[in-house]
Amino acid sequence: MNSDIKLFENGKRLDGRKNDELRKIKIEVGVLHRAEGSCYLEWGDNKVIVAVYGPREAIPRHTQNPLRAIVNAKYNMAAFSVGDRKRPGPDRRSREISKVISEALENVILVEKFPRASIDVNIEVLDAEAGTRCAGLTAAAVALADAGIPMKDIPVACAAGKIENQVVLDLGKEEDNYGSADLPIAISPRTGEILLLQMDGHLTVEEFDKALDLAIKGCYIVSDIQKKAILEKYQPNSEGK
Amino acid sequence: MNQEKREIVIPSQLLGEIKNKKAGKGTFVENGKIYSEILGILNNNSEYVNVIPLKGRYDPIEKDFVIGIVDIAMASSWLVDINAAYPALLHVNEVPWDVEFGETEKYLNHGDSIMAKVLQVDQEKKLQITLNDRNLFKIKGGQIFNVEPHKVPRIIGKKGSMISLLKKYTNCRIIVGQNGRIWLDGSDDGVKKVIDTIKMIENNALSFGLTNKIENLLKKDAKDVH
Repeated sequence: MNSDIKLFENGKRLDGRKNDELRKIKIEVGVLHRAEGSCYLEWGDNKVIVAVYGPREAIPRHTQNPLRAIVNAKYNMAAFSVGDRKRPGPDRRSREISKVISEALENVILVEKFPRASIDVNIEVLDAEAGTRCAGLTAAAVALADAGIPMKDIPVACAAGKIENQVVLDLGKEEDNYGSADLPIAISPRTGEILLLQMDGHLTVEEFDKALDLAIKGCYIVSDIQKKAILEKYQPNSEGK
Repeated sequence: MNQEKREIVIPSQLLGEIKNKKAGKGTFVENGKIYSEILGILNNNSEYVNVIPLKGRYDPIEKDFVIGIVDIAMASSWLVDINAAYPALLHVNEVPWDVEFGETEKYLNHGDSIMAKVLQVDQEKKLQITLNDRNLFKIKGGQIFNVEPHKVPRIIGKKGSMISLLKKYTNCRIIVGQNGRIWLDGSDDGVKKVIDTIKMIENNALSFGLTNKIENLLKKDAKDVH
């Protein structure tokens, strides 16, 4: 790997952030009118749009579960989302991400309320710059709440990692490419339960603990932004009191 | 209502302790605490804590009056879309006509609209509807308009106050299904006015004294016309 790249300058990271600082996050709720719930999220230079459809009858029928709903998250990267054109269509990476996000969401949605149904979550990455699975899951959670789907919690995701032997929060593009580890997690902020945890690279046990704590701290910050975005959309304005 | 403002709650928001209040609709209990499970409006007036949903699918309840659109005609039944998570089954025994086996298409076909009543909802949420009751029939003419199902009570108003206002001032025939479908028939101007007014009710569903506001508005419009 190219080690001439300097990821730190004057104690700050390439984009001028501190070690425990997140990128800028913007969340917009209810941007699509044909979907039951939707969300547009910008996380640094990541741009993600999520649409939620359902609950509706699961098709094909053999996927139905007579006791609970199934959650179908579909993560897809647009061809123009990365520097070199990405070959469109599902690949190994996007299928893995779809699976882990579906499972994370299944744990917070009250799936028992909709037997035989499916809840479809389409996550479309329009612009990618490291940490799209976290951005996708965070946006999916907001879109689900917007769709009026009963949930035990609004899940939230955030990553931590290691660059030049330092544990930092929320890796950017260069940090992800040239750093030595990436640890995306998703939690349920009400209970602190971990819904998703993946790791890429190597961390010692001490570093892992530190990164996990940092990522959880980051999750709570993002969670506040999520909740604010939902409330802002639906709080009655002063004239409609 | 004694509340100054309706409070919007989001899933996982803490609403109270089980010791003081009972957990009602739209809530769940964990470790003796009550949390909201949906995005909705907090209703804390009775001994129960309820959350009235703001959005979401229509959840069918037995005896609800709904407006359905036929999806498929099968040999001895029809599948009808009633805006719920699942299609509803309409069996030939539940229609007022004598239907021969395999001749269902003669009576109802894909795209036809019907006024129906929810007959049964079972544990697996299998739905059955019926046409065997008063005022249930196949719809001819008019148009269907969709609204958010959870805002239907607002459109009907207390004891039908809002809907009778609309009928009075626009001379339209209006039938509201619990599933968020509204059937309208009348003059072009009247229908347009009804749709505009209903859209306004939907957008201002959170405000107080809405019926009076709408009445004033309709009165003013009526004066302009005459």
